[in-house]
Amino acid sequence: MVPLSWYLALSALLFTIGAVGVFIKRNAITIFLCIELMLNAVNLTFVALSGFFGDVGGQLFVFIVMTVAAAEAAVGLAIIISIFRNRESLNVDEVDSLKL
Amino acid sequence: MNFSNEPLLAFIILAPLVGAAILGAFGRRMGERLIGVIASSTVAISAIISFLVVFRHYSELEHGYKFYNYLFTWISVGTFRADASLLLDSLSAIYILFITFVAFWIHVFATGYMRGEDGYWRFFAYMNFFMFSMLTLVLADNFLLMFVGWEGVGLCSYLLIGYYFTRDYAIDAAKKAFIVNRIGDFGFALGVMLLFLTAGSIFYFDDPARGIHGAFTWALLQAPDPVGWAPIFAGGITTIAILMFIGATGKSAQLPLYVWLPDAMAGPTPVSALIHAATMVTAGVYMVSRAGSIYTHAPSAMLIMAVVGAVTALFAATIGLAQWDIKKVLAYSTISQLGYMFLACGVGAFGAGIFHVFTHAFFKALLFLGSGSVIIGMHHEQDMKLMGGLKKYMPVTFATMLVGWLAISGVPLFSGFFSKDEILYRAFVSKGLPEPWWPSVLWGIGAVTALLTAIYMTRLMVLTFWGAERFKHESGHHDPASHQAGDHEHGVSPHESPRSMIVPLVVLAAGALLVGYLGISEGLSGGKIPNYFERLLEPSIARSQPHQATETAVERAHEVAQTEHAAPAASEENHGTEWALTGVSIVLAVGGIFAGWVWFRRTPLWKPPQLLEDKYYVDEVYNASVVQPIKVGSINLLWKFIDVRIIDGAVNGAGHLAAGLGAALRQMQSGLARSYVAVLVIGALLIVGYFVMTRP
Repeated sequence: MVPLSWYLALSALLFTIGAVGVFIKRNAITIFLCIELMLNAVNLTFVALSGFFGDVGGQLFVFIVMTVAAAEAAVGLAIIISIFRNRESLNVDEVDSLKL
Repeated sequence: MNFSNEPLLAFIILAPLVGAAILGAFGRRMGERLIGVIASSTVAISAIISFLVVFRHYSELEHGYKFYNYLFTWISVGTFRADASLLLDSLSAIYILFITFVAFWIHVFATGYMRGEDGYWRFFAYMNFFMFSMLTLVLADNFLLMFVGWEGVGLCSYLLIGYYFTRDYAIDAAKKAFIVNRIGDFGFALGVMLLFLTAGSIFYFDDPARGIHGAFTWALLQAPDPVGWAPIFAGGITTIAILMFIGATGKSAQLPLYVWLPDAMAGPTPVSALIHAATMVTAGVYMVSRAGSIYTHAPSAMLIMAVVGAVTALFAATIGLAQWDIKKVLAYSTISQLGYMFLACGVGAFGAGIFHVFTHAFFKALLFLGSGSVIIGMHHEQDMKLMGGLKKYMPVTFATMLVGWLAISGVPLFSGFFSKDEILYRAFVSKGLPEPWWPSVLWGIGAVTALLTAIYMTRLMVLTFWGAERFKHESGHHDPASHQAGDHEHGVSPHESPRSMIVPLVVLAAGALLVGYLGISEGLSGGKIPNYFERLLEPSIARSQPHQATETAVERAHEVAQTEHAAPAASEENHGTEWALTGVSIVLAVGGIFAGWVWFRRTPLWKPPQLLEDKYYVDEVYNASVVQPIKVGSINLLWKFIDVRIIDGAVNGAGHLAAGLGAALRQMQSGLARSYVAVLVIGALLIVGYFVMTRP
């Protein structure tokens, strides 16, 4: 049996990779993938703790997170495609036209 | 006291309201004839229902029955309650009869008078709304509903004075009327509030069916206040009476708030006849008579009322002597006659005051409509300097105004004679005044006023209908203030008015001739002709002996019964006095007419003293002492300091603050998505770190 701390350590590692990726990458799709990574790191925590405490609440949350992530992926990819069509670029630092 | 239900009362006030609503909503697209028919017929419906209701219950009203028509509970908060419910007793019965009757004929007259004016529909919508308000005022069964009508008639008065809203003087007059009335209304509202605080009710009478205790029941149980200055400021029943009387001085144009009424003549003449002569301005007298049980317990207020009434009567009569505008003469005459009414109420003769209201409604409406007919006949000329010799051009107008003239002058057998004589007599024999010479002084003022009334009315008639025709040679001379619209050509040709104006004149002339016979005092007729008026009014009128302090209502009723038994003996003695005073009145009336006739036939354009022609400079004094200080204070303090500096400063300051904060915060919006993420992550770390570090 894998102890709980391993799950948590893996999830923290994945989350940190995702967070750092969001920080340092400029490519919108990469950032997007990193966000997915963070979401799934959290999902892993939920499932691990759910099993540990014998409480299905955590697994329910995972379903919600996955649903939201799917919707978010659809909308996010649509936005990314439309940005690319307009600007021929996926560099998020260049997308700043909302700035005052 | 007996109460019954009378569901028809609501229709009396609703008919004109429906008319006003129809005319207000659709009148613009209607023809003049249709508008006139709607406006007159809704008032006619009111009149018919009023006559129906009153005469069906005549004997009950005579015995003090009251008829309620409860519509709905308007306000009910804590112990405060005000209903929309109507009350018919003999006082309101008399009022609705003459209001609806006179108003109907004035509406008919107006259909002719207003022909071709812009906003014909607007005029009649206002007139109908006025009728609704006036009837609400009269039929209300509590002071708050009365106040609704009170304000409603004030609003209509404002709208109708300012009917010719393109002319500055009309707008100024309308504003003046509204603002001066506000001062009075403020007093009235305070009086009602104080009445609620002290009596705990603003209803007039008890109504066991609704569990209501009346304010007058409370008032009757009070010991009368002593005469003097102290009770006026004590916050008791005298204060209530004084505050309400301030309201009456505003609405009924008494000193010192009378100044709006002469200017109100800027409105169309039917308005002057209906609102500023026959009905609205008598609302103050109605209110004072209605609250008679309060006033009889406040002798100081009664005394002030009598003095104000008498002084106003004399004051206005002297000004009336010196005016050149035919409507201004009648306006001052109205103020003077209203003074008589308050003199009567002030000496406790509420019945005589109401009787004068009643007869005055007929002859003054007649005189105003007659002057309207003259004005139309003269192509909108109001200056009597430019009239004269009109009787051969306008025979019917002349004949009917003749009746009005004789009635107001107090010539025997005309209606004004009976009511004015009654007032003078009651003033002379009034009791309960602080000094024995008071009654004679009040009577003396009234008598001098009667003489002046006869003189100035004779002047008006002579200048208008007799003598040389002054309009042909002098028609180029204009007085802008009195000159209304219409093409004023050289050499106007006066003409008699159309039938729609003549018929009301004739009907009102018949009224002015005859209504006096309904209330011939017992002393004059020797009891042969019953005094219908007083017998009907009797149960609604407060007893006039303020110093009869009684502990309980039962004792009081007992005492009243006793006085009634003792009355015949006492009145026998008074008949002699009454005849003597009547003789004096007749001499004054006839003498005044004779003097006026001789004097003004000889010198029609006699120049009156400048002081009188300029109305004692009251307007100038008010302007200097009230209007200008308020204006200067408003401009320099309220506008330039408080508004510009403080209020605008605060508003602009709030704007600048928001702009500055925004300018500071916008620096954070770099547009770099990754920097937002950085902030987000750092923030999340800080929060998580906080919880981790502070974990117990």
